[in-house]
Amino acid sequence: MPILSLIIWLTILGGLLTLFVGDQRCRMTALVISILAFVLSLGLYFGFDNNTAEMQFVEFAEWLPSFGINYSLGVDGISAPLIILTTFINVIVVISAWEVIKDKPAMYLASFLIMTGFMVGVFAATDSILFYIFFEATLLPMFLIIGIWGGPRRVYATIKFFLYTFLGSVFMLIALIYMGSQADSFAIKALHDLALSSKAQTLIFFAFFVAFAVKIPMWPVHTWLPDAHVEAPTAGSAVLAAIMLKMGGYGFMRFSLPIVPDASQQLAWLVILFSLIAVVYIGFVALAQADMKKLIAYSSISHMGFVTLGMFVIFGIIAKSADGVESGHAVMALEGAMVQMISHGFISAAMFLCVGVLYDRVHSREIADYGGVANTMPLFAAFMVFFAMANAGLPGTSGFVGEFMVILATFKANFWFAFLAASTLILGAAYTLWMVKRVIFGDIANDNVAALTDINQREKIMLGLLAAMVLFFGLWPNPMVDMMHATIENLVTQVTTSKL
Amino acid sequence: MENLGLAAPEMFLLCAICLILVGDLFVSEERKPLSYGLSQVALIVTLILTWWVSPEEGAVSAFGGSFIMDQMSVVCKAWILIVSIGVFLYSRDFVNSHRITNGEYYTLALSGVLGMMIMVSSATMLTLYLGLELLSLSLYAMVALKRKDEKSSEAAMKYFILGALASGALLYGISMIYGATGSLHFDVIATQLAAGGQGSTAAVFGLAFLVVGIAFKFGAAPFHMWVPDVYEGAPTSVALYISAAPKIAAFALAIRFLVDGLETAHNSWQVMLIVLSLLSIGIGNLIALAQVSIKRMLAYSTISHVGFILLGILAGSQQGYSAAMFYAITYSFTSLGAFGVILAMDRMGVEVNLLTDLRGLFRRSPMYAVVMMLLLVSMTGVPPTVGFYAKLAVLSAAIKADLVWLAVIAVVFSVVGAFYYLRVIKYMFFDEPVEPQPVLAPMDVQLGLTINGAAIILFGIFPGLIMAACAAAFGL
Repeated sequence: MPILSLIIWLTILGGLLTLFVGDQRCRMTALVISILAFVLSLGLYFGFDNNTAEMQFVEFAEWLPSFGINYSLGVDGISAPLIILTTFINVIVVISAWEVIKDKPAMYLASFLIMTGFMVGVFAATDSILFYIFFEATLLPMFLIIGIWGGPRRVYATIKFFLYTFLGSVFMLIALIYMGSQADSFAIKALHDLALSSKAQTLIFFAFFVAFAVKIPMWPVHTWLPDAHVEAPTAGSAVLAAIMLKMGGYGFMRFSLPIVPDASQQLAWLVILFSLIAVVYIGFVALAQADMKKLIAYSSISHMGFVTLGMFVIFGIIAKSADGVESGHAVMALEGAMVQMISHGFISAAMFLCVGVLYDRVHSREIADYGGVANTMPLFAAFMVFFAMANAGLPGTSGFVGEFMVILATFKANFWFAFLAASTLILGAAYTLWMVKRVIFGDIANDNVAALTDINQREKIMLGLLAAMVLFFGLWPNPMVDMMHATIENLVTQVTTSKL
Repeated sequence: MENLGLAAPEMFLLCAICLILVGDLFVSEERKPLSYGLSQVALIVTLILTWWVSPEEGAVSAFGGSFIMDQMSVVCKAWILIVSIGVFLYSRDFVNSHRITNGEYYTLALSGVLGMMIMVSSATMLTLYLGLELLSLSLYAMVALKRKDEKSSEAAMKYFILGALASGALLYGISMIYGATGSLHFDVIATQLAAGGQGSTAAVFGLAFLVVGIAFKFGAAPFHMWVPDVYEGAPTSVALYISAAPKIAAFALAIRFLVDGLETAHNSWQVMLIVLSLLSIGIGNLIALAQVSIKRMLAYSTISHVGFILLGILAGSQQGYSAAMFYAITYSFTSLGAFGVILAMDRMGVEVNLLTDLRGLFRRSPMYAVVMMLLLVSMTGVPPTVGFYAKLAVLSAAIKADLVWLAVIAVVFSVVGAFYYLRVIKYMFFDEPVEPQPVLAPMDVQLGLTINGAAIILFGIFPGLIMAACAAAFGL
């Protein structure tokens, strides 16, 4: 059964169907489709062979023979978990929009479903041009979601979002075409095997770097993210943080590292530098925010700093461990980056949804407008405190696992890198918990807070599902790690094999 | 002479034009829509005839080798006719409501189509010139169709004077090349130049004038000055006409001269086209940013797209030519749709001129807004619309020709271009409407626009459908 195509086209065509059934019945339709897609994606987990780094669930069809572009899909250990995350978040998104979106709900849900199809396509594509098509296609639904259902400065935010990402990715397109014409094939596998000179590698590295650094985003090209997050509707922020950012991280692992290993090695210092700046400096920026969504947005950037750090610190680890005898720590760094991406998908989505719950009731995101929410919304307070703890990396939650793995592996490369990265565990705890303290605890601040009602059944399900995931992977990350282990070992081999 | 039947579509169209022209004189005022119906029938029959006479493979010529029917001309003609059918459909109500004389609009437009078909099928420089002049003269007259409108007359005057100058340059170039090779036939010119080594000086001298003429007809910078004025001044239905099918004809013009005739001088014209292409992409995109009139904005956007078409041609490979052809075809029906939406909104004297007139279209008539959005996204070159594949094809041809730097500059400017397309989407989707009533258009126009929008996505998912035809046209 072509599971991947089924998921992609079910959500895209289902999105169109949602559009046509009208505003009355769109919610149920969207829910059924999103659950169906999630169930299908679970098939990827149960049918997955953990022992191979080869692509699985492979699909192939000739598409544009005159260009050598094929419709080829497949998953391995790094893409399968991301696809399952995507379809899971999609279910949450549909639940979150249930009665909140009153203006054109059919189109809203349709945009999310179609976008989910594209995002699954990004992770599933094994042809580089197909990847690029899906990568770019996600822009338009998100552009509309922010622009139509967003906050007061939505137009500025959404155009900035679109142009930043578009500018980043066009260079990647040139690089892909260039390599495609060298290799006579656009298959990602063929690009992995393509020999490239040092100069070409450097140029290609930067082309990819611009695309993925904007997407993930890294300091200093992160400025679109706080704007987009603040203005986007709640579900838009959740998808943006949970999945769209991961497309950048995924791109680094699928393209930059294996295709240009030598340039990656030479320029790893640059990425590590930016990552550490993101982790430390952006952490401080987050501390200063007065807007809850902005604070979470900056915290996302800081967390993504861990991801890029984990990905590029492997060169330092390999250099330290003579002759690559001990590649185990390199594997651990990459796995930590992956785990961090998945876990951040759950936690950041949950944090944004928590803010959304408050925003739906009070219509403010300012921390100063709240205080003592625990008194009127005890159950919600429990959830929010839990997610905040997870965001700060509390052991027992999934937020801890990834960060810990990355820091542990970084110690093998350079003590000071690890020291800087680790010190921000404290910083992360500071900004998240301080926000929680000001919003949740204390005396009831004003009449708005006094009038709050606790979360309803729908919100309980939504947050409960996410909390279960955070806890599950915090206590027992093995299913996820086992899935990606073989692929990442293979990736480390690829990265350590020079192409020169 | 043995193959007269090969020109059957052109002959039929010519007869139909005469019939409509004369018939229009005798038809009473109430029955004027007849000319519209007859014109559409004429186009459809011509389309069928074109398909009928098209050779299975290879090229067939007639009229002593001055008229040729090859794969490229079949595909180009078919698209010129299809796009023209759309042009007439979208123009109909505008032509009626703005009191433009029916018979004149349709006969002039049809003779323009005839001119384009002759251009596409010409195998000698003179046939090509004849077709080009037939097209140009029709266009000059059409721009001036709103006789009492000052802007319209001014635009026509500018277009005519500059156009005459360009035709002169073209003719001068033709005479130089004739002098250098002693023939008007493209195939003879090609063999002569190939035999004479790297093209004689006179031929290259003539080539420079040819390129000027081609650039003017295309509307490529720095010969683009007429484009914005004509788009703005001409009746919208005429601007629609100019922006769509003639781009395919101009592509054929360039291919016939530069590839069929002067391919051996590729090194010389490649440099010229690089300059034209860079300037077009740069100037088109940058100046479009500053426009407040939607027609002028589309004019500058056309200029930038012409730059991309030239980028494909200058790559100098079969792949590049077919990419440019794909670009020209897809652009012409994208532009068709964009003007179609503007025309559909333009009724009862409520002229759509400023970008801000599109405000809140999404709240007024979601269908038009979505179609327009798809068209604009396609012009931006974002997948999954067909515009992306057009850019992909052209860029990959340029990259294969070792012109990576040119490709990089082109994509950077296309990001600049993204801004003004997005701004229109912003007006349509994110702003509140000034006037709440929905846009009313007759069923057939609605259907046409829906098909137009759907085609953008359909060819975006299955670009192979057109791409294969373009590849086949250049023997790929």
